[in-house]
Amino acid sequence: MFDPYFDSVAAFIAMGDHGFFVWSAYGLSALLIAANMLLAVRRQGRVRAEIARQARRDAVKVSPKSVETNQ
Amino acid sequence: MSAPTLTTVWTASLHRELTLIWRSPADIVQPLFFFVVVVTLFPLALSPKPALLALVAPGAVWVAALLAVMLSLDGLFRRDQESGALDLLLTAPGVSVVPVTAKLLAHWLLTGLPLALIAPLLGYMLQLPVAVLDTLMVSVLLGTPTLTVVGAIGAALTVGLNRGGILLAVLVLPLYVPVLVFGAGVVRTALDGLPTGGLLAVLGAILALAVSLGPVAVALGLRISAGD
Amino acid sequence: MAIMWKTLKRWYHQLGSPRYFYRFCEAVLPWLVPVALAVLAVGLVWGLLYAPVERYQGNSYRIIYIHVPASSGALMGYIAMGVAGLVALVWRMKMAEVMLKALAPFGAALAAVSLLTGALWGKPTWGTYWQWDARMTSMLILLFLYLGIMALQNAIRDPRQAARAAALLAVVGVINVVIVKYSVEWLNTLHQGATLKVVGESSIDPSMKWPLLISMAGLWLLYAANVLIRARTEVLNRERRSGWVRRLVRDGEA
Repeated sequence: MFDPYFDSVAAFIAMGDHGFFVWSAYGLSALLIAANMLLAVRRQGRVRAEIARQARRDAVKVSPKSVETNQ
Repeated sequence: MSAPTLTTVWTASLHRELTLIWRSPADIVQPLFFFVVVVTLFPLALSPKPALLALVAPGAVWVAALLAVMLSLDGLFRRDQESGALDLLLTAPGVSVVPVTAKLLAHWLLTGLPLALIAPLLGYMLQLPVAVLDTLMVSVLLGTPTLTVVGAIGAALTVGLNRGGILLAVLVLPLYVPVLVFGAGVVRTALDGLPTGGLLAVLGAILALAVSLGPVAVALGLRISAGD
Repeated sequence: MAIMWKTLKRWYHQLGSPRYFYRFCEAVLPWLVPVALAVLAVGLVWGLLYAPVERYQGNSYRIIYIHVPASSGALMGYIAMGVAGLVALVWRMKMAEVMLKALAPFGAALAAVSLLTGALWGKPTWGTYWQWDARMTSMLILLFLYLGIMALQNAIRDPRQAARAAALLAVVGVINVVIVKYSVEWLNTLHQGATLKVVGESSIDPSMKWPLLISMAGLWLLYAANVLIRARTEVLNRERRSGWVRRLVRDGEA
């Protein structure tokens, strides 16, 4: 069970002349799945940045008022 | 004054819905017209040869009927939403399922039923053998109520949205697939001379499921769209 | 047994709270993603490199190690959405609404993967990229159902209304998935020419079964990670005005 089925790397890539189909299948799958994960992470970053920006704006809104009352 | 009974609500709703549609003849004529026109497209697009047309006929008639029902549902709730009648329906005391069911029945009686009645004529024009035409009519008769109810769920969820029509199609067409497969399938089975009882029973079972659970889902969909 | 039930109930209630769920994600994700990728890698390498060849189909059968996990994942994802939808409608649970939104995108991707890999498997094996057989047709309809749910959620502005509308559609859709499967299977019995399709169906050799199961486990764990990432983002989005989110942002943790 622990020896590879294929005799050489070339044989592995050729997949008995079905190589195009096998590797296209895996390649496209990897692409779709990786893209989906990346998009999820990017959206997460965007939402966090948005919330942080809003928090900074809220903080700025607070301080001028407190400066006025101090005078 | 005591609260209205369910029967009173039912009769009043049905009467109202039928009257409203009857007063707007376009709502009745347009789906029929669409049905006829789309069926006409098939021999023009494919081939006028009788042998080929007969093969394609069950599917062609069914697809045209399905699309006609779907398009007619787009405005099902819009008029009521704009006039505020929808809100009244949802907040009225008692169950909202009853007026909703009345609305669906009225819609089917004046849309789906006419489609079923002229389907044999269109089937004949597409060179279907006369012996099969009654199966065609029964299949459309059994299928269109399901299409009405399932389509109404989509209409309820998309009422008031921009481009709701396209969205409705996107949501509802995958849900229509089983009815289409069995509906057109029973006519093809009749064409092959095989017994159709089993398939008609399946169509009937789907209809029973749709009519029993569907109106609840439609009412719930309307509540969700009203922001409940 | 009673203790296990009590723990499950406690988890259910705790995870129902957005704030607790956020902390759960923070704890779980750092190890879930590497573990999922590792398990998936083990399964795929085993299947691609070490598993024996299939007698009738040749090496093209190795696509099965991504095709079957993707197909089953897409189906399980939609059923999970149906369950989440039911919980959202009946109990109005906020986290169920969040889950509904989080499950859809990766599920749609898996359905697409299933169709593409199925087509690429079909060409060398049966001579054609596409066939309207029961499995591929059902998977295509499932993809449309996923896209429909995503389109509906995008079309409605209020997130709670969008979630509840999607919930109803998901519940109706799950019922439909079952009926579609039967309808398309029936459709195909009419066409006697349909060859017996599957390698992995009745009796699969153990040397092929294990890499398949491991790949499936790996891909499902990856799906779970994707769902947690998206759910966490959605929780932050919805709860942005609440105290705990503001504190997290202020402390620079979010």
